Amino acid sequence: MKNTARLILRELAILASALLALGTVVPSAAQAQEKLKVGIVHIGSIHDAGYNQAHAEGVQIMKKNLPNVEVIQVENVPEGADAERVMENMIKQGAKLIIPASFGFMDPALRVAKKYPEVKFVHPGGYKLAPNMGTYWASTPEAFYLMGIAAGKTTKTNKAGYVVALPISFFLANVNAFQLGARSVNPRFETRVVFMGTFLDAPKEAIAANAILDMGADVLGVIVDSPIAVVQAAEKRGAYSIGYHYLGVQKFAPKGWISGIAFTWGELYTRFAKQVMDGTWKSEALFGNLSSDYLTISPFGPAVSADAVRMVNDTKREFIAARKHVFAGPLKDNKGAERVKAGEVFPLQGIGKMDWLVEGVIGQPK
Amino acid sequence: MNEMLFISMLSGAILSGTPLLYATLSELIGERAGIINLGLEGVMLIGAVVGFVTTVQFGNPVPGLIAAALAGALFNMIFAFIVISRRANQLASGLALMFCGVGLSALIGAPFIGRRIEGLSQVRIPLASDLPFWGRAFFQYDILVLLAIPTAVAVWWLLFKTRWGLSVRAVGENPTAAYAAGRNPHLVQYQALLISGFLGGVAGAHLSLALAHTWAEWMTAGRGFFSVALVIFAKWHPLRAIAGALLFGGAISLQLQMQARGVPVSSFLLDMLPYGLSLAVLILWSRARRSAVPGSLGRVFQGTE
Repeated sequence: MKNTARLILRELAILASALLALGTVVPSAAQAQEKLKVGIVHIGSIHDAGYNQAHAEGVQIMKKNLPNVEVIQVENVPEGADAERVMENMIKQGAKLIIPASFGFMDPALRVAKKYPEVKFVHPGGYKLAPNMGTYWASTPEAFYLMGIAAGKTTKTNKAGYVVALPISFFLANVNAFQLGARSVNPRFETRVVFMGTFLDAPKEAIAANAILDMGADVLGVIVDSPIAVVQAAEKRGAYSIGYHYLGVQKFAPKGWISGIAFTWGELYTRFAKQVMDGTWKSEALFGNLSSDYLTISPFGPAVSADAVRMVNDTKREFIAARKHVFAGPLKDNKGAERVKAGEVFPLQGIGKMDWLVEGVIGQPK
Repeated sequence: MNEMLFISMLSGAILSGTPLLYATLSELIGERAGIINLGLEGVMLIGAVVGFVTTVQFGNPVPGLIAAALAGALFNMIFAFIVISRRANQLASGLALMFCGVGLSALIGAPFIGRRIEGLSQVRIPLASDLPFWGRAFFQYDILVLLAIPTAVAVWWLLFKTRWGLSVRAVGENPTAAYAAGRNPHLVQYQALLISGFLGGVAGAHLSLALAHTWAEWMTAGRGFFSVALVIFAKWHPLRAIAGALLFGGAISLQLQMQARGVPVSSFLLDMLPYGLSLAVLILWSRARRSAVPGSLGRVFQGTE
């Protein structure tokens, strides 16, 4: 008798738990049709006012645009096996779209992508694709050319400086484009470039910035992960500054701000998420330009004249209409050798091979 | 123009040398008491982050500086407890402290990355700062730069002119003998590491509050380890540390100056300059080193029961 009672009780308990489980499973299964989990892996801090914050802000805008999207965000992930572990963890939590937001996450992401063919990956700035991994970035030399125009029209000493992480081809091309843009409006303009050997050493960047300013420069640009140290050093000494990566750098230099090149990933990330949700996502290599909504010229500072702004906007239209090219010959490097013949154009797709600095840039490309 | 060049080089050397000098003095006091601290990098990071965070909270760098020094001292006391009271291996404990400092500082600093601070501003010294040439070269700096050499002199005075300094050096040479002479080696070592942590925190604060005006993870970028080498360069003497810090600060800033000037040498090669210089110094000094190194450096004093 006792046994039967126990048996019934057990059956009841099983039934109850099954019902409970059903109750929780059924609605969530319905939700899962619309809900999408997006995982984003950052190499550094999302408050760096630079590369990482630009990605993080993009994800926030995506979340605002698509209330059904949930975001898993991990900061300060080292490149290599750790990144793979973080991505797999996100997939186990249900992520169906992964953004490994650093160039160095390319190979780790590719390995994880192979293991999980049902999960989509979008990787910024890389060159390797997989059926479920696409890549996206924007070509920046045209934007740097525009910054050069603004700087060339604003400078009083005709001298600028760039604090750059490493002498790699993409950065050399950006500095070259900046110098060419400035020369187009100011024939006496010169740009000094100082390489840091690292993406993050703020005290060293500040000392380099001061060394450039001591040489008489009054415009400072920066290509490292976080522009804060350099932009603040310029502001402190009354020089002008040009930002990179993140839209909100201006607050560190309200007086000397010229403008900046910013990545505004929000709408692109929204498109990615939508495509993954409705099943139209395709693996592709997106390479945007000034006409894309994810490469933005930051608002101009008070020091920039209306004339300069008009020139920048005119040239921007020329670039978008492909009536103008950044690296149009004849171009000499800063050692006097001819690099692009008259009438020829160094294509923007080929800047990965650029290993020289253009005439008027003071610095060593290797 | 030549004047400008000289001033630029000198101010670059002084600015990059100042955190090195504080860090070197920090390490030097500890080593004089027989304790080698490879965790200095971590102590500096704690100083840098606590200084920055406190400055953000108060909107004023002075509490930040004080907090940085205290936090450095407190953090160094962890190391002191491990190597003095628990008698652990100093090299291993130091490295562990370093990594602990890297992680802890990143944790404390994470919510504050990207915040704006005023930082330490230039101190105006009446008359001296306004001198046409020398003023710009020597007297237009923040308070920590101006106090750096006086601090080195104070450390020298402490170590070589006071009874306490004598016991520190005695403990560093031979703790058993110091014990026999009525000193308490453990207490002296604790005191030395407290001052050492204080100076290490100040070194970190100079990086975040005066140089960069920002906090970034691992912003010391090896300067702590560099200072351990500088102690050897200085032959464990605080006044020689001034020359060492200036020389190596000069080497760091010189390569940036050379790039800004467009000197036709590869930036990769220039980047090696300070490290090449430290290797050269270690080779040159290696002969005479024996006489200067504290006799019991790195050894654990087991007590004399």
